[in-house]
Amino acid sequence: MAGVAEQATAREQDASEIVVTSVFKSYGAGPFAKEVVRDCSFTIESNKLTVMIGPSGCGKSTLIQLIAGFELPDSGSITMNAAPITGPGKDRLVLFQESALFPWMTTYDNIMYGPRARGEDTKESADLAEFLLTKVGLEAFRDKYPTQLSGGMQRRAELARAMINKPEVMILDEPFRGLDHMSKELMWEYYAKLYEEDRNTNFFVTTDIDEAIFLADRLLIMTNLPTSTRAVIEIDIPRPRTIEAVADSSRANEIKKEVMTLLHEEAMKSFSGGSKAAADFLDAYSKRVD
Amino acid sequence: MKQGTFVSKLFSRATLRGIFAIALFIVIWEAGARSEQWFGFRMPFLGLVPPPTDVAVSWAGLLGDAGYWQSWYMSFLRVFGGFLAAMLIGIPLGLFMAVNKTFYGIYFPTFEIMRPIPPLAWVPASIIFWPTQELSIAFVTFLGAFYTIVINVLGGARSINKQFLQAAQSMGASQWDIFRRIVLPATLPSIVVGSAVGMGITWEVVVAAEMISGGGGSGGASGGLGFFIWSSYVGGSYEQIVVGMISIGIAGYFSSEILRQLGGLLTPWLKTR
Repeated sequence: MAGVAEQATAREQDASEIVVTSVFKSYGAGPFAKEVVRDCSFTIESNKLTVMIGPSGCGKSTLIQLIAGFELPDSGSITMNAAPITGPGKDRLVLFQESALFPWMTTYDNIMYGPRARGEDTKESADLAEFLLTKVGLEAFRDKYPTQLSGGMQRRAELARAMINKPEVMILDEPFRGLDHMSKELMWEYYAKLYEEDRNTNFFVTTDIDEAIFLADRLLIMTNLPTSTRAVIEIDIPRPRTIEAVADSSRANEIKKEVMTLLHEEAMKSFSGGSKAAADFLDAYSKRVD
Repeated sequence: MKQGTFVSKLFSRATLRGIFAIALFIVIWEAGARSEQWFGFRMPFLGLVPPPTDVAVSWAGLLGDAGYWQSWYMSFLRVFGGFLAAMLIGIPLGLFMAVNKTFYGIYFPTFEIMRPIPPLAWVPASIIFWPTQELSIAFVTFLGAFYTIVINVLGGARSINKQFLQAAQSMGASQWDIFRRIVLPATLPSIVVGSAVGMGITWEVVVAAEMISGGGGSGGASGGLGFFIWSSYVGGSYEQIVVGMISIGIAGYFSSEILRQLGGLLTPWLKTR
């Protein structure tokens, strides 16, 4: 497995920066057009974990579609290492909100999908797949189908399926949504550990403030619809992080208050507009303050 | 252990209930059919039906009859011929319509106009334009399964989770690989369902087609089970009508069971739910 470690170190040197510059995106046409992203700019810095947080339904998933290259912006530019993004590619892998594991493939076959699809069904890929299976703790579930795995296991299998492709940037769209609180915290620690090991460029989208602060190096706070960047906060909590350490950290609580104030303003804006999403968000917000 | 579960399954409440229900059904049928000689009055409907004991006797006599088995053979041949042709043409067609918008736009309107035409409405036309009666029966059976299979495959292939396709795309998969390893397996459950429904329709159609066309040319034993029933009716052998009906029930059950087993083998991931 020395080869795997070497590749990881080699990758650390690579710059893989994604720059989003004044991007606009609308859906529909004429009077039914809905502006989702308006003049949005931010940078996903190389070898950092950037977390994007904003009220639910604020257009974060649209930004992911754009960065992944599944859709193109109406105007503005998105570049990766200074080259414009024109379509999907294995340098930017997306982990979707709901599990996108292929139900007809076993855990192992799911992990091997990428290499096989590119004609790299080699001994090396197979070794890496076994290594990742062990790394995500699923070696006993190697030949099980996704429906036989728990929610947390599915998320880990998906992480392994993405990691085998050695993406320069990993994009995660609310990956731990829907897990119960305990599994969620375990996944935070697990995912943070994976990140701390090789410090690849990661872009993580969430609506959960605790999750955002626990994971982020840089935190992007988004406005309500049409979305743009409201603020960028550097999360200077030392790594490696543990749930207890972050819970005890006064710095973390300071940041949390700051983030909550900003998000509350955004939620209030659309609340006056009568948005259901904003109402839900306010509801969740008031429960947190208690 | 394995034997234990088998025995417990054999004597499970559900099995016993099933056996009891079938026995009760036969008893009521027998009593109804013999109501005139047993109770002195004729029960409506059931009083006109041959009793199950007579049917059993008639059936026992037919078991050694080559013509009866020939009817089974002919009907099976037509059903599987028409069904296989429907699968071979219908599955690729449905998939192609799902992945190619231009082809879908050109072909789907015609398809939707043709689809509501019942297969049996095709009988006279197909007798005219197919050279042999055998081919016209096969064609009508084919139609019975064809539309159902195409519509199921098309629906299944079009409702694939978009994230599966995007995930595959972003991992660098080619269009062909996405088709082969994502679209095809994702559509398999719909193919299995479409085939099962199509198989049911095929049996309905083949029997009617055999009755109408009077069996493939030479008639008689080559006519299949549909013609067997029809000729029994014409010949006034009412027990044989019932034998023919039950035979079709059994044949249909076995056809569906084979498909279910094959479908289960093809989609092992569905069993784990």
